Amino acid sequence: MEHYISLFVRSVFLENMALSFFLGMCTFMAISKKIQAAIGLGIAVIVVMALTVPVNSLIYNHLLREGALAWAGFPDVDLSFLGLLSYIGVIAAIVQIMEMVLDKYVPALYNALGVFLPLITVNCAIMGGSLFMVERDYNFSESVVYGAGAGTGWALAIMALAGIREKLKYSDVPEGLRGLGITFITVGLMSLGFMSFGGIDL
Amino acid sequence: MSTMREALTKPIIQNNPIALQILGICSALAVTSSLKVTLVMCISVTLVTAFSSFAVSLIRNQIPGSIRIIVQMVIIASLVIVVDQLLKAYAFAISKQLSVFVGLIITNCIVMGRAEGFAMKNPPLASFVDGIGNGLGYSVVLFSIAVVRELFGSGKLFGYEILPVVTDGGWYVPNGLLLLPPSAFFLIGIFIWVVRSVKKEQVEKAEFKITKNTRSVKEAF
Repeated sequence: MEHYISLFVRSVFLENMALSFFLGMCTFMAISKKIQAAIGLGIAVIVVMALTVPVNSLIYNHLLREGALAWAGFPDVDLSFLGLLSYIGVIAAIVQIMEMVLDKYVPALYNALGVFLPLITVNCAIMGGSLFMVERDYNFSESVVYGAGAGTGWALAIMALAGIREKLKYSDVPEGLRGLGITFITVGLMSLGFMSFGGIDL
Repeated sequence: MSTMREALTKPIIQNNPIALQILGICSALAVTSSLKVTLVMCISVTLVTAFSSFAVSLIRNQIPGSIRIIVQMVIIASLVIVVDQLLKAYAFAISKQLSVFVGLIITNCIVMGRAEGFAMKNPPLASFVDGIGNGLGYSVVLFSIAVVRELFGSGKLFGYEILPVVTDGGWYVPNGLLLLPPSAFFLIGIFIWVVRSVKKEQVEKAEFKITKNTRSVKEAF
């Protein structure tokens, strides 16, 4: 249990997807103008990540990795080069399915998330989560915790940035820095802040 | 011919994908702490963008509108797999350093953005050139950041010593912050500031104007 808590904390704070690996930056910058939208997108990312990372972990461990097809009678087959293609396929499919399910059963949530769901397919944080899972060789239960943790970390970062940007609107920023420039510098400062979690090990 | 040249040179400064269109920052910042890795990343992204635009443009009239995103994704993903395998075969050390970021070229918004925004409407050759141009625009930003980070962060360029570091008996005290993630954000912010001070028309409109103070100082106190 301790191991999982430690993994969760590490993926939320220490190895924050947005602030220390720069993943999902495009949507991070574009959708962080309003807190409401940031919360919607953040929740969508948590859900999608907690689903896609474990599913990709199953696919990798049982179909793609070297020797994984032994159960089907092909002990020497190594399909790991197909990894990238299958992860992105799984992500696109899960997002699509989620969209349909939400539309049918939870229309209120669907309307709230509506615009953000398709955006998530091309969010590098989601893809990055799956790739890190493969690189660090997480097993199934670890991948569930890691997916949820990494999504939470990203959501936390975008909500915090949206809060700062709503306040920033009223400040007098030098012309060239207005908008995008000052956002980058704000994110840099946030990233410095998050670095102070370094060294925490539960 | 002039449109070709425009497609090639415009994205480099005037319509830079990173500074103006906010595309492709995702995987970009993490690889800029050393020049060698940056160079490999730039070449990979430029080639993938160019060839994916070319391929998408070739079949643009056959792709049904409703599944075009998936078709583009498959083309891009296949190209990235080729790049990934090539790197693993010929530059294993660098490919280990780039770790997940090669795979993340798939979700790099520049590649997708050019396929969707330009290649779907233009002939193959123009799309190819446009892809190269945008790749170069991306490389310019990455390179300038990587030069600053490596030179002042570890006193080296491409691994060769430029500023002799204190620990090796030189005089330069390296600035460790530049090797850490936050510095990349600061540098991009400053880069955007410089570009926009030169090109005033890129400045964003203020959302909220603070009204001028109408009372004189004497009145206020």
